[in-house]
Amino acid sequence: MIELIPLILTTIITAATPLVIAALGEHVVERSGVLNLGVEGMMIMGASLGFAGAVVLDSSLAGLVIGMAAGMAMAGVFALFALGLATNQVATGLAVTILGLGLAGLIGQSFVGMPRPPIGLISIPVLADIPVLGPALFRQDVVVYLSVVLVVGVAYVLRTTRAGLILRGVGESHGSAHALGLPVLKVRLMAVLFGGLCAGLAGAYLSLVYTRFWSPGMTAGRGWIALALVVFAAGQVWRLVAGAYLFGAIMIAQLHAQAGAIGIPSQLLSMLPYLMTIAALVVLSMAGRRGTGAAGSLGQPFVPDR
Amino acid sequence: MSTAPDPGPVQPLIRCVGITKRFGSLVANDAVELTVLPGEIHALLGENGAGKSTLVKMLYGLMKPDAGHIEWKGRRVDLVNPEAARALGIGMVFQHFSLFDDLSVLENIALGTPGARADAALADRATRVARTYGLDLDLERPVWTLSAGERQRIEIARCLLQEPELIVLDEPTSVLTPQETETLFASLETLRARGAGLLFISHKLEEVRRLCSAATILRGGKVVAHADPRAETAASLARLMVGEGVSDVRAKAAVGSGPAFLVVDRLSVKPEISHGIPLREVSLTVRSGEVVAIAGVAGNGQSELFAALSGEGGMITAGTITLDGADVTRLAIGQRRRLGAAYVPEGRLGHATLPQRSLSDNITLSWHETENVGGWFLSLERLKQAAGAIIHRFDVRGPSTDPRAAQLSGGNLQKYIVGREIERKPRLIIVDQPTWGVDARAAALIRQTLVDIARDGAAVLVITQDLDEAFEISDRIAAICGGVLHTPVATASTTREAVGLKMTSTDRQAEVAA
Repeated sequence: MIELIPLILTTIITAATPLVIAALGEHVVERSGVLNLGVEGMMIMGASLGFAGAVVLDSSLAGLVIGMAAGMAMAGVFALFALGLATNQVATGLAVTILGLGLAGLIGQSFVGMPRPPIGLISIPVLADIPVLGPALFRQDVVVYLSVVLVVGVAYVLRTTRAGLILRGVGESHGSAHALGLPVLKVRLMAVLFGGLCAGLAGAYLSLVYTRFWSPGMTAGRGWIALALVVFAAGQVWRLVAGAYLFGAIMIAQLHAQAGAIGIPSQLLSMLPYLMTIAALVVLSMAGRRGTGAAGSLGQPFVPDR
Repeated sequence: MSTAPDPGPVQPLIRCVGITKRFGSLVANDAVELTVLPGEIHALLGENGAGKSTLVKMLYGLMKPDAGHIEWKGRRVDLVNPEAARALGIGMVFQHFSLFDDLSVLENIALGTPGARADAALADRATRVARTYGLDLDLERPVWTLSAGERQRIEIARCLLQEPELIVLDEPTSVLTPQETETLFASLETLRARGAGLLFISHKLEEVRRLCSAATILRGGKVVAHADPRAETAASLARLMVGEGVSDVRAKAAVGSGPAFLVVDRLSVKPEISHGIPLREVSLTVRSGEVVAIAGVAGNGQSELFAALSGEGGMITAGTITLDGADVTRLAIGQRRRLGAAYVPEGRLGHATLPQRSLSDNITLSWHETENVGGWFLSLERLKQAAGAIIHRFDVRGPSTDPRAAQLSGGNLQKYIVGREIERKPRLIIVDQPTWGVDARAAALIRQTLVDIARDGAAVLVITQDLDEAFEISDRIAAICGGVLHTPVATASTTREAVGLKMTSTDRQAEVAA
């Protein structure tokens, strides 16, 4: 049994990493007061274009970068409408998801079934030699390490820097922020693009590292789980990371259940992340109006009066 | 009085030259001239819609003038954004607080201070400024837990931190108790004595006469006069603002002694939201034919009291409410309306009206239970008629015959909402903040209306932050503080100071000693 632990840990980390990255991006977006429901669409565009790019250039790293760019481009479409034209954010986000799913399928059509070699693993000296846990935790691909850097970086920027304070201020009350002369739309544009970058990277990770092939609709609702995670996290980055690993573990358990290794219907496990999000919302709401931790102007279009 | 004061040898801090701003066909500012000298508290007066806010926004770089320019210390400047204004030394204290509810006081201050982070260094600076000007601040608390007075202190401290030479204050006293106002005035006097120029916007003309040494009066976007408020009376200033005589509210009916209509007996209410104010054993009687005012600083239980009296919310844990002898403690708002009650909540848009629906549609909100608004289907004809009657009777001015609620100015919308309730001929009307942010003329009309229907036999309960208003229209007055309602006393036999004192005390016994 003990020799299985590293294997299980590694699969959980691999399953959780795209969730961490995509949810972290959306967390920043929502802190700035924008609700972008297009995560699934941005993610699958990252998966499709990232895979296509990797095949054409024969480089998985280049594929990851192209995936980020694809996610950002979709975020740019969202920003053009939701920020530039102040359209309804929910509708715009849904449109981006639907557009992304279709467009990714079209672009990826000629790449279905092509294999990709695994991406190289990086061992951290000394730490990787720790028995049992060492190889599981400290022999990972570059994106896993990047996700740790992103988590620490985002938490630090949001909490202690002026840029982070401005971002939170813009999200809490865009009216007040505008009155103080803070560039509301510019801050939101940056946040939305960052969110797109993260979603694109998460998608490219799925097709290039996690499954190592492209198939249409392969994100399979992970974008929605990332959105649920942001709600579940209620404004706390640590809760977001904990939730991502928990949901990642549940997804692995669900795969095993599908294979009959666990005696629970796999559908129940598929539901679990959403059920837990609802449960978390109930608990948070009982803590009072402010308990859910959503930004004050979340989802409201902003039009400066000039 | 109608000529601009000679700037004399003193270099003006700021001078607006021919400032013009248009919104579509509306000219909000028409060739406005304004000069503020250092060491001067200058009043900017005008009704709502006279163009004060527009002018101030241009002074702070939030809007660009279509024509004319601004001179800062004799030099022509282009205020492209608030940073540019702040860099010159212009500070602004907003009427509607530009604060961030979920952030701490210190973070709020940091956001308004160029390049600042919410760290110990800023906390030091803020504490020092707060001490210098007698502003009491708890830097760690989130803003949503603070009272209006405390919130305003953040705005002022944030502004002072940048050591501005010109400070614009937009209606700073509208939410303060008399005692808080005194503290504010002392701070402003300190600033003035240090050579700063202040531009003071207020509807309270007595305050302007006390504090300001110069005034510019706007009407319909034009400067109609420059005046020395100390040489004017409140009535003459009001005349300049409005253009014709504003009559004081006509003498109240001295009846006020009909049978008790609304009786609240030791009512305790647990608020719906976690940081609401619980009501503690509130007792109150309003008789037919009298106006009772409840005075208090916002956030002391007024919203909870209104919600309990209207039946809209809050969990009543003890006590009773009766209307004309009938126990309505457990009844919904519609059933209370059937017994003759009418309610005007504080929030004009979103509570009293649906902002994006027409005025006629908005009739149904409070009429559906008691009035004829159609059979199975709404009668749009009937609604339009009713809306037209209210618009006509209360002189509601809008951009079209049946505009959306959000298209009306605050004063016109409030007249419409009050009118909508009065048209139902209620036997009791409860009005929360009847004239908050409403211009002088509309406020006078609304107050007169309330006094008139009391004279005609209705019971009127007014919840207000404006002590002047409470004294002007009420027969009896009660102060509320921290969810405790003091026993109402006859308005004629009390003073502003005595009521002001109760507005800051939750001790019901204190009034006996006082």
